[in-house]
Amino acid sequence: MLTIHREICGYCGACVSVCPEGALELVDAYLTVDDGVCISCGLCTKACPLGALEVTDEE
Amino acid sequence: MKSEYDILVIGGGPGGAMAAWTAAKAGLSACIIEKRPAIGAPVRCAEGIGKELLKEFMDPDPRWISADIQRARIIAPDGTTIDLDEGKAGTEVGYVLDRKVFDRDLVWKASEAGADVFVKTRAVAPILEGSRVCGATVEFCGERRDIRAKVTIAADGVEAKFARWCGIDTTLPLHDMMSCAQYLVTGIDIDPHSNDFYLGGEVAPQGYLWVFAKGERSANIGVGIPASKAKPGMRARDYLDRFMRKHYPEGRIIECIFGGDPVSRPLPCTVADGLMIVGDAARVVDPITGGGIGNAMITGKMAAGVAAKAIAAGDTSKAALMPYDQGWRSSKMGRTLERNYRVKEYFITLSDEKMNTLARSIEGINFSEITVMALLKEIITRNPKLLLELKHLRDNLT
Repeated sequence: MLTIHREICGYCGACVSVCPEGALELVDAYLTVDDGVCISCGLCTKACPLGALEVTDEE
Repeated sequence: MKSEYDILVIGGGPGGAMAAWTAAKAGLSACIIEKRPAIGAPVRCAEGIGKELLKEFMDPDPRWISADIQRARIIAPDGTTIDLDEGKAGTEVGYVLDRKVFDRDLVWKASEAGADVFVKTRAVAPILEGSRVCGATVEFCGERRDIRAKVTIAADGVEAKFARWCGIDTTLPLHDMMSCAQYLVTGIDIDPHSNDFYLGGEVAPQGYLWVFAKGERSANIGVGIPASKAKPGMRARDYLDRFMRKHYPEGRIIECIFGGDPVSRPLPCTVADGLMIVGDAARVVDPITGGGIGNAMITGKMAAGVAAKAIAAGDTSKAALMPYDQGWRSSKMGRTLERNYRVKEYFITLSDEKMNTLARSIEGINFSEITVMALLKEIITRNPKLLLELKHLRDNLT
């Protein structure tokens, strides 16, 4: 699943438009992921200029 | 907030503000919603714009001009520097804006002309009737309501979620998404009238690093690299921190700015039934410079102009809005976007050695024009063999 490290996130939204599933949303000043839609492909982790996103194991 | 407008604009950046301003001046009822609690903040931009482009829309105002740029310098990987000087060229370079003030001024102009403005108000879904976009469901402080509109203009920037919800694929491939980090740095020795661009694999692989003057002893220093090139320890922020340590260790960082810059081709179609897409959301960013303010304003104004005619004629179908799409695509802006995308695709293949060679070949030349095109023409004149590599570009270069 996708973990958002909120203490690192710059709430810029760079990740949002590379998501092929539209699972990410920048709501005002915080980022959300719809876990039911996210496929853990990890593309967003590359778009983040800060390294705030990480795909981690399910458990 | 009314429940119905002629035009609903999603996003209060320069594209959205220009659309609402144009619509309001044409006598239409217009509404801008902006999800952030303030117009113009947080900044997601290096703030550069060409003087000529800006003057098409408004007179320059010292309140929102941080620096008057008279020179640009391109620094090749080995330090070879290409100087582009306004004085020598006889053509103007640009400004570095204060977007916090600039964006507010544009929205204020739209508001003065009669447009409604609502901040901290986010579109959560389009109102769809079949394939027709009839406005948006918006949320303000947890309260949802519907705003219907004859035409909805999506000006929601790089994220471009609104068009996506309407069934238009706005997903960016990683190689066309520049992952960017920027600091507003003060207390540094810089040329307050120069914008500098650093190239090379060490500072910004397949992108560039910029030092844009923000006045005396202050600059926007930032870096953009394609998301496809980013790895742990080699992200935009890492490149920026390394550059800062090496060049400006004394600098004080007074603002951290992050963001994504879409340097793809424009969307294949920027209209649908009841919907128009402008600015970064339409992907009309210059793929070479990454600049998008001017093109957002051009498309915002053009969209509202076409929308006004369509509304007057009582038909806001995709076909009736299509003159907007055709209009910008066949304009100088549209042609430049296509050419510069191809030029970008070529330039990202160049090794540092090749960039050094090309830079040395045009070092010291006085340019009569300060544009990507003028640079390219000069490079080709000095390196005629390059034309073979640029075969597919030849038609775009004449």
